[in-house]
Amino acid sequence: MAVVREQGSKTVDKTTSIPPEIYREMGLSDVEYAKVAEALGRHPTYTEVGMYAVMWSEHCGYKYSRPVLRLFRKYREALEGGGLENAGVIDIGDGYGIVMKMETHNHPSAVEPFQGAATGVGGILRDIFTMGARPIACLNSLRFGSLDDPHNRYLFENVVAGIAFYGNCVGVPTVAGEVVFEDCYSGNCLVNAMSAGIVKIDEVASACASGVGNSVMYVGSRTGCDGIHGATFASVELGPDSESRRPNVQIGDPFTEKLLIEATLEALKTGYVIGIQDMGAAGITCSTCETAAKAGTGMEIDVLKVPRREEGMTPYEIMLSESQERMLAVVRKGKEDEVAAVFKKWGLNAVVIGHVTADGLVRVWEGDHLVAEVPAKSLADDAPTYYLEIEEPEYLKEVQSFDASKLPEPDDYNEALERLLDSPSIASKEWVYRQYDHMVQTNTVVLPGSDAAALRIRGTGKAIALVTDCNGRYCYLDPFAGAQIAVAEAARNLACTGARALGVTDCVSFGNPEKPQVFWQFKRAIEGLAEACEFFGTPVVSGNVSFYNETPDTAIYPTPVIGMLGLIDNVENRCTMEFEREGDVVALLTGRKAQADSDPETGICGADDIGGSEYLKVMHGVVAGRPPALDMDAEKRLHACLVDAVSAGQLSSAHDCSDGGLAVALAESSIAGGLGAEVGIVADCGASVALFGEAQSRAVVSLSADHLGELRELVDEHGIECTILGKVHGDRLKISVNGVTVIDRAVEHIGKIWKNAIPGRMESRV
Amino acid sequence: MKFGIIVFPGSNCDQDAYYAVRDVLNEPVEYIWHQDRNLKGADVVIVPGGFSYGDYLRTGAVARFSPVMEAVQKHAESGGYVIGICNGFQILCEAHLLPGALVANDCLRFVCKYVNLLPQSLDTPWTNQCREGQVLRIPIAHQGGNYVADAETIRSIEENGQVILRYCDERGCVTEAANPNGSMNNIAGIINERGNVAGMMPHPERAVESILGSTDGIAILKSIVGWGRRAKESGRIMAPAGAAGLG
Repeated sequence: MAVVREQGSKTVDKTTSIPPEIYREMGLSDVEYAKVAEALGRHPTYTEVGMYAVMWSEHCGYKYSRPVLRLFRKYREALEGGGLENAGVIDIGDGYGIVMKMETHNHPSAVEPFQGAATGVGGILRDIFTMGARPIACLNSLRFGSLDDPHNRYLFENVVAGIAFYGNCVGVPTVAGEVVFEDCYSGNCLVNAMSAGIVKIDEVASACASGVGNSVMYVGSRTGCDGIHGATFASVELGPDSESRRPNVQIGDPFTEKLLIEATLEALKTGYVIGIQDMGAAGITCSTCETAAKAGTGMEIDVLKVPRREEGMTPYEIMLSESQERMLAVVRKGKEDEVAAVFKKWGLNAVVIGHVTADGLVRVWEGDHLVAEVPAKSLADDAPTYYLEIEEPEYLKEVQSFDASKLPEPDDYNEALERLLDSPSIASKEWVYRQYDHMVQTNTVVLPGSDAAALRIRGTGKAIALVTDCNGRYCYLDPFAGAQIAVAEAARNLACTGARALGVTDCVSFGNPEKPQVFWQFKRAIEGLAEACEFFGTPVVSGNVSFYNETPDTAIYPTPVIGMLGLIDNVENRCTMEFEREGDVVALLTGRKAQADSDPETGICGADDIGGSEYLKVMHGVVAGRPPALDMDAEKRLHACLVDAVSAGQLSSAHDCSDGGLAVALAESSIAGGLGAEVGIVADCGASVALFGEAQSRAVVSLSADHLGELRELVDEHGIECTILGKVHGDRLKISVNGVTVIDRAVEHIGKIWKNAIPGRMESRV
Repeated sequence: MKFGIIVFPGSNCDQDAYYAVRDVLNEPVEYIWHQDRNLKGADVVIVPGGFSYGDYLRTGAVARFSPVMEAVQKHAESGGYVIGICNGFQILCEAHLLPGALVANDCLRFVCKYVNLLPQSLDTPWTNQCREGQVLRIPIAHQGGNYVADAETIRSIEENGQVILRYCDERGCVTEAANPNGSMNNIAGIINERGNVAGMMPHPERAVESILGSTDGIAILKSIVGWGRRAKESGRIMAPAGAAGLG
């Protein structure tokens, strides 16, 4: 690409148009270019057009998703009120708030998995501590194609290694997450990084450039040529030439990030930092125009003052670089030295590059030459909004009308269970979380491997619980229902740990939104999320949208991942999934409308609950049917009952019954506890459905028989059902359906299968 | 006993060690910045875990040259107590305060998990609160914890009783399967000849509260408190010179 040096002086006076091939390559359409020229009242300079291209990309400008995202109440309120912050804050009492957010790094990870994933972690951490919060946990939600394909193994190995590289070094524990394998993610892996931090509610920092005359300070790493137009890259489909996009991928330096965390939190304590924002996508461009737009101010900076990694960088390159580990701080005039001293103590750059102005313009100088002069609001807030067409996808009718009842029952249910436990999506993720330091900071009180992770909050006697969740298959079959199930299941995971759900961050990935069928999926999924989040009282406080997750072969399943935060009132009363004691009663708690005439001994699940199941996929190679029905009201009652039962100390174990159904849930509790169980299921459906159907609103619990009476009282109080299944016993898992023993396996044997599924495929020891 | 915890840029277990000493041992404790040259009167110096200076060159290779390490060196030479945990162990080896070296795990990946440890030489400053045959359950979290040394060094530290912790199974058997990183002789922790300097890959500071899953790390930390206090009471401020007192 030709680099045009502006021959400007003290004013920008551009009378010639930027050639269409240049702005088109940057990602601007002809119409958008015309809008830029209209906003400026002249033609933009080369630097300006680059700034607009990146700020008006879908990645930064949400030009397609914004109308739909308004369905989220908090988002709507933020747009109408004070504007968006880097992440949302949830009050957990005692004067503390939890800041959390999740973000995708799909495209970079697809072409450079190690650095793509690593910088995903770095970026999300900066969103947290830029709010003044100390990061206390990382999570991630990953999707890959089948591990039978060596390229997918390469992506998986390096994404996990990249997350480990970054998260371990910065000293923030990676405590939970999910990893799912589906063919549609082959070549377009999803890498969602989430982080949560803690902040005193009254000390939340803002991304606001207020106070005319205040200094604009650049802190952190120097600026290099890496990641230029990363945000634009994230706004196109992946193709055969995506490998050539590798220079668009940023390089992470977790050591500098660790210093930046400490220095930023220390600098905020001085009280002289008025506003602060990390430089993520669109680098200096984004941080200058967003902080100014938010405050209704302008900003003047000189790119020659920006610490640079290489000689001869153009203003264009400096403004668009996505070099990592950098922040923009607005510092009270006269207090620059005090703030700089903190960063310098930590060995970081801290230089004044400009100041806040009153005229609403972001003015970029290169020494004496003015190279850009654009209204901050126009860049930050006036990205064109598109109301894209929607169309219900054709495939839906076909997949939804699939009749699973015609499928044969397996010859051997033991073998079916073993195949499910060997499915990498269900199998133990120990191979993954072993590589993450999940204990540093010594707050992790429920380690990875259970339904949700829990972290104590020092000095409060409380703990928070965190989880990520999404079943992409369900969302493919019905985006609305699938998205609601993601919310329900996340809250159920928290409830099994003993936590009340408080809030959600979402991180949704879809194909090309300009295709009406994809946009329909997006719209339906967001409608589902918004409704469920309102219903469960878990507002969406932050989020991220990733489109264009397509290769020429296929689009991904709609994948609206959510991260959810819950609160455990008494850290001592928390629960994990493993069977704990020989002789404990094993029961199934089911959130269902209590019907007077229903026989509590029947109806563990219905024939429809096999739709979209892991069983159908693994045993029959079928992704079809409808996702299991979700009764949100019943689901909510189940959560309340679980939380009460855990807080009352009634339960020895609690485990969400979801992917792989009841048999897998029982197997996991058995394997984790190293204890067998004898269980009898009474069902009016086929044994395969009873064992492997994924009916919602269910949890497998175990408890001492002494607590059974109290539990039954709670169950009645909450209007849910409790079905006694059997007891924890011996070293074998035995399950009968309607009196016929269909599963009988040594726990050690199935445990090996479950634990070796991923390492076996990755050909290495854990 | 006063504790000092070194803070290098990139240390990330400094706060965990601080909390363990302050809240569990109830002993006085202070952070010591890497550019400081005095140890603020600390009796016991903890060189904590993390990624000092990013560990980009070689684990611990840069940290050993920081100003504070001169003070730590002098402290150790005069018999003062020093313990390096994880990255701290790596730094102490790089600084030649401890023999041998720590190289990449044999699996070449980062490993974070609980391991079982068999304390050896129970009359050292660092293990005297452990019981014979006791198996300690303490987490590890590292990518470069594979202890190696030349044959002569291994022979001599084994003969001198300088190996204080070995990876073992839950029954206390030292097996290959129980070795998480390929360390020679399953070595997880060692001391110098004099016994006043220790290094270990496992994190005792992460195993000090039942809520975290184990309290077995307390034995290590209490050992030095008791030992140091007795030494003070008997008029010996510091550890004895030479290998005296080692089993």
